[in-house]
Amino acid sequence: MTAATGAGAAKTVAQLLAAKDIVIACGPGGVGKTTTAAALAATAVVEQGGRVLVLTVDPARRLADALGLKGIGNDEVRIPDEVFAGAAAHPRGELWAAMLDTKQSWDDLIRAHAPDEETREQILANPLYQNISGRFVQSHDYIAMERLYEIHTEGKYDLIVVDTPPTRNALDFLDAPQRMADFFSSRLLRWLIVPYRSRLVNVASRPFYQVADRILGTQFLADISEFFILFQSMYSGFVERAEAVTRLLSDRRTTFMVVSTLEATPVREAEFFSSELMARELHLGAIVLNKVLPEYLRDARTDKLAQSMEKRSGELAEGLTDDPAVAARVIVEVAESFLNFGVVARREAEEMAELRGAPDVLVTVPFFDADIYDMTGLLQLGAQVWD
Amino acid sequence: MSAAADLLDLKLVFVTGKGGVGKTTVAAGLAQLAAEHGKRVLVCETDAKGDVTALFESPPTDFTPREIAPGIWSMSMDTEASLREYLKLHLRIPVVGRIGPLAKAFDFVATAAPGVREILTVGKFCWEVKERHYDLVVVDASASGHIVGQLAAPQAINDLVKVGLIRGQTDWMLEILSDPHQTGLVAVCTPEEMPVNETIELAARVREETTVRMSAVVVNRVLPELFGQREEEIFEQLREPGTEEELSERAGGPVAPVLEAARLAVTLRRTRSTHLQQLQAGLPEGMPVLLLPYLFARSFGARTTRQVAHALGEELGL
Repeated sequence: MTAATGAGAAKTVAQLLAAKDIVIACGPGGVGKTTTAAALAATAVVEQGGRVLVLTVDPARRLADALGLKGIGNDEVRIPDEVFAGAAAHPRGELWAAMLDTKQSWDDLIRAHAPDEETREQILANPLYQNISGRFVQSHDYIAMERLYEIHTEGKYDLIVVDTPPTRNALDFLDAPQRMADFFSSRLLRWLIVPYRSRLVNVASRPFYQVADRILGTQFLADISEFFILFQSMYSGFVERAEAVTRLLSDRRTTFMVVSTLEATPVREAEFFSSELMARELHLGAIVLNKVLPEYLRDARTDKLAQSMEKRSGELAEGLTDDPAVAARVIVEVAESFLNFGVVARREAEEMAELRGAPDVLVTVPFFDADIYDMTGLLQLGAQVWD
Repeated sequence: MSAAADLLDLKLVFVTGKGGVGKTTVAAGLAQLAAEHGKRVLVCETDAKGDVTALFESPPTDFTPREIAPGIWSMSMDTEASLREYLKLHLRIPVVGRIGPLAKAFDFVATAAPGVREILTVGKFCWEVKERHYDLVVVDASASGHIVGQLAAPQAINDLVKVGLIRGQTDWMLEILSDPHQTGLVAVCTPEEMPVNETIELAARVREETTVRMSAVVVNRVLPELFGQREEEIFEQLREPGTEEELSERAGGPVAPVLEAARLAVTLRRTRSTHLQQLQAGLPEGMPVLLLPYLFARSFGARTTRQVAHALGEELGL
């Protein structure tokens, strides 16, 4: 593929990472998204240098272990060079890591935007706020992007690799900033808090309050209102911020990397994700497919061979080892296993053929024999994805 | 204790798990198994993707249940339709025609007060149980990250809302959800590190934060044990260069890929069984763990759903 534009489309993940400031890894849960993000960040430090941050939302202890840390928190920490040395690698730059703490990030955001100390304390102490910041799924999506924006704006890093939260709807986090802005500027919000400000309810809205009162009870509505009246003082700051976050996501220095496996459900989600990214004119830089079964499993001639091995096991096993009966059994097992995995490998190949979305780069990563639990493993994975 | 009696005698089962571990497959298999035992089953989809019905090779359903296989009805959750039904049934507020503005208002309140949306979802399932329309309601529930919030919603609302009609509604929901003879949660995972860790954490959170009991853990995609110890020794002999060459000559083609595939299968199985042990060690004592074999299938439909039901039945001792 030749690049028509000046910037040019990346042909490898290496080129993609070299050209971008932000790589957002997204896709279904359970496909190795966090590990892939960390692996790429580590590999980028070894191959390209610079200051690279991996921002994860996954509190996996294993990732902290792999990076040689006791734990990762909301603040960025630097991965010591010894961790690379332990994997016989030499970092040309610095690898940093941070884990998103939703509650902490929300509190920080309130602190930054609250007009005065009193409002700030009232909000932080409000039970509804605590509910929203702690449990509210949407708030998780928003805060992930908000934190990314904040870190990017500080300008400390050459490359930020972000691992996105597993969302109910894989795209929630993309819409979160806009939804948050809509939310705070909505007429409904103002409408809802009017009666508790002026005690005057106009005729048009009275039926709504009657229903709302019946369902939720007056006290609860009053609680909500109080909370939003407090929140409104931060309205403009919030909306402005949310819009800036949205702009950052569509910036040309930002790219998206869809991570998946070729299992039926994840691959369908990944496909949906890719097409949605393109519909929003966001840059789909790469699709990374993890845990892909090796190609040789789909070889037609080997398939035939395995079938005949299964049938002729007895004669094949004769005199080969010190126990022909067991050897015959082993040959049957081995052949059956090959045929079984062949079925799965062909299913995977079909899924891949159907995978649309035309990213700049499409990478498959084979099944690893062992779990990735240290820097050596991360760099091995990174090398598979790299070029 | 018989896990089988427990699971199939429940009225409401939430099936959850990390994305991609096969929670929909298990929900469908469980529904199939119950139906094969003569029960009227309602299987509910919460994210309207049509995955459940696809496993019965039937087109997607909407909020109104439809029979998709003998004894199995399916519905797809829709919070707006649920709100409409809720207002009509419980608050006697019929909403004719335009629900738009009300739904918008509701959406707003739901965003402000987490738990309101969840309660309509969970409430609908509890309602079906209360009305005894079905013997068993199986919910293909939210992924494990969200299920706790969903199940804890009635309690949260109960704490937040002190008066009002909603308050009255949460009481009977809680009664159903908290009764271990009526409601259970099934967590699905695969024998891999992350899903296993998440399941162990989920078990703890469910116990601490909800009133629902976790009834069982289903481990999906368990690879078959290829060899015993003796077989493995012989396998290693077969892989010795000279022997492998001889075998290739006799078989009429290079056997190396066939042997390599078996080595991969053995390694995968071995890594996975370590995780299985971790799972068993990390779960509360007495928690039934059901194992489902890896399905080497070209595609997933009614046939694989029956296979899953059969495997579940065997694990439950039926």
